[in-house]
Amino acid sequence: MAVMAEIMAPAGDAGPSGRETALLNRIATSRDRQAFTALFDAYAPRIKAFMMRKGANAAQAEDLVQETMIAVWSKAALYEAGRGSVATWIFTIARNLRIDRLRREKTSLFTDLEGYDVETDEDGQEEALCRFQEDGYVARALAQIPEEQRQLLIMSYMEDMAQSEIAAKLQIPLGTVKSRMRLAYIRMRKLLETIS
Amino acid sequence: MTATHHLDEATIMALGAGTLGEAHGFAAATHMAYCPSCRAALREAEQLGGSLLAAADEEAVSDQCRSATLASLEAVSPEKRKAPAKSASDVPAVLCNLIGNVPLEEIRWRKMGPGIATHAIPLTPGGRTKLTLFRIEPGYRIPEHGHGGSELTVVLRGSFTDKTGHYMKGDISDLDETVEHQPVVDEGETCYCLFATEAPARFKSRLLRLLQPLLGF
Repeated sequence: MAVMAEIMAPAGDAGPSGRETALLNRIATSRDRQAFTALFDAYAPRIKAFMMRKGANAAQAEDLVQETMIAVWSKAALYEAGRGSVATWIFTIARNLRIDRLRREKTSLFTDLEGYDVETDEDGQEEALCRFQEDGYVARALAQIPEEQRQLLIMSYMEDMAQSEIAAKLQIPLGTVKSRMRLAYIRMRKLLETIS
Repeated sequence: MTATHHLDEATIMALGAGTLGEAHGFAAATHMAYCPSCRAALREAEQLGGSLLAAADEEAVSDQCRSATLASLEAVSPEKRKAPAKSASDVPAVLCNLIGNVPLEEIRWRKMGPGIATHAIPLTPGGRTKLTLFRIEPGYRIPEHGHGGSELTVVLRGSFTDKTGHYMKGDISDLDETVEHQPVVDEGETCYCLFATEAPARFKSRLLRLLQPLLGF
């Protein structure tokens, strides 16, 4: 099957994640503005759309774009490729800054995620557990899960809805939302294990 | 120290997506300090977010935003890697910071009755979640209750048992509104736990429901 062949193909260093890691390294080692500009042009429009989908207006979304990208510049040396892709790293920065912002505005119901992994891991196994670093794999896996599960992932990650809000909107019990989230997670994991 | 009772995957996904309530986020973070497998699961949940961002639609960014960002770079110095945060007591740093970096014995406990004391941890005003520390004496039985929403309990010292299992240091109990339980603190050691709730716990007894506002949980 052609699709499977494509999924099974190794991404290699020349893949988008490898290129983005190289850009970040250039920022970290030599404050390379050209590398930063390339990352800005790739990510700023997506971060802006992402924030607007979560309810920010255009001006607020651009503020968050700016804050996120400046953090990418200042934190570039802290990125660890073993922990996930550049897109994931930028996603967590944007997510945390947005939570900070909501909290400063005192409308926040959400938690600040900085520092959840401050304690060192004694058995050193967790790096190995982060198996899928190519975003393409995840996107493909996402395309293969049932619509009702994918819908919940989109509502949760993109539209910023709490599980209780999703339950109210879809008029299904919270327990069903949770079990669908769990199923989506298990399906994704399985697919990704097969892929990578 | 590795935990044996973990976060529900659905909770980890909410945390990754950034939609988990504030109190629950702190309780989850406290558990994760003890739990490499939940940390790894969170990374996976975040990877989903990264992929969705990578595949997101684009919204054109104004020239002003772009030039202002580029113009501000010179003034921004690179961040250095910080040493892992050290905790001033036997609880994880993320929680220790929240309670003023003092040991559990030294925080201000409010006695709720024989065998039980609590300490409310202030969060962002106006939030819908509550974060409370409990200090419960050995053998104490918490009256049977259900939950108005999701409830997370992390054991910091000692242990307790309910119908869902035996919870020791670092373990987390992740319950939703469908579960009613009656935790009993095990003999031998005072149990300290961190408790995140969404809405007040629902006690079965009408008297306890009436007393609940006074009891503070």
